[in-house]
Amino acid sequence: MGALVACHECDLLQREVPLRGGGVARCGRCGAELYRDRPASIDRSLALTAGALLLFVIANSFPILGLALQGQVINTTLYGAVQRLWDEDMKSVAALVFATTIAMPALELLALAYLLAPVRAGRVPPFFALVFRMLQAVKPWGMVEVFMLGVLVSLVKLAHLAGVVPGIAVWSFAALMLVMAALTSVFDPRALWKSAELAGAAR
Amino acid sequence: MRCPRCGAALHLRRPDSVSRSWAFLIAAMILYVPANMLPMMKTSSLFGSQSDTIMSGVVYFWTSGSWYLALIIFFASIVVPMLKMIALAVLLVSVQRRSRWQQEQRARLYRLVETVGRWSMLDIYVVAVIVALVQLKALATIQPGPGAAAFGAVVVLTMFAAMAFDPRLIWDAREEKHG
Repeated sequence: MGALVACHECDLLQREVPLRGGGVARCGRCGAELYRDRPASIDRSLALTAGALLLFVIANSFPILGLALQGQVINTTLYGAVQRLWDEDMKSVAALVFATTIAMPALELLALAYLLAPVRAGRVPPFFALVFRMLQAVKPWGMVEVFMLGVLVSLVKLAHLAGVVPGIAVWSFAALMLVMAALTSVFDPRALWKSAELAGAAR
Repeated sequence: MRCPRCGAALHLRRPDSVSRSWAFLIAAMILYVPANMLPMMKTSSLFGSQSDTIMSGVVYFWTSGSWYLALIIFFASIVVPMLKMIALAVLLVSVQRRSRWQQEQRARLYRLVETVGRWSMLDIYVVAVIVALVQLKALATIQPGPGAAAFGAVVVLTMFAAMAFDPRLIWDAREEKHG
């Protein structure tokens, strides 16, 4: 008999069934996803996380958009935009943008790297459970994909005014958005815990 | 009580789910008014100054031919927050009345609310980027307006309201009747 699992959304107790190639187990009552088959989760997640971290650094080091008007060119990085909001006395909005586009995605990626790398090598890093819970808490607040659409809309809005030049960061953020979306579908917390328990037990 | 493996706090149901969710939701509804009435951006140029609210931004895009963008902003900044608030209110009222009406659909509604909420942040990012770029002191300057702060608060509050709501309450009604 399979282990018992409680649905997160309707609390129905059900027995786990083994899944085959990429299958999904849904709650029998409310249809919520219980668990999913994610092959090679740790390897793939680690690779995507490394890529995402690199893209994140690039995206924040270079300007997103440049505005050219009357011979003047003004560039801004994402952090520059946050800074401007802060200076304009919109401190709460600045903090919100900073949190959802810089801080939370960074924490998510760093937490993933911190958890995945040692476990893949067969070790359990200190404060594993704490970092894992932080990862779950931070995930809903990363909004890079919404930010991307925002940049797109701004681009069109400003194109009416003057010449707008997309910067390197745009492509980097776009790629980051795709990589993080892939991470969401590839990362399996259950597989991570299974491997962590094995690594912990092996000590 | 904590999970023996990962230490996460375990609750039979999310504590004070209904009252906390209502508190966040009502606060969001109240702030939704200034969010739409106060300007998101103030443009000062040689031609004078102009204040843009969310709605005037939509109208601007529509009349200047960018229909897709007008629709995107209309959906993200006006329709989505409103539907989200209405959906949460429906969920809360139905749970308080221990209704057994359309449980599966309400469960899906909750999932939708959770997924779609973040897209209302769109206009905030637009304001942030535009304000950062248009700083040509002599020609035109754009400043963020108080509407942006109110709108940011609405998005955050509705997210908290959705996070406080416990979807398991939807299904409790059925179990109570069967005692």
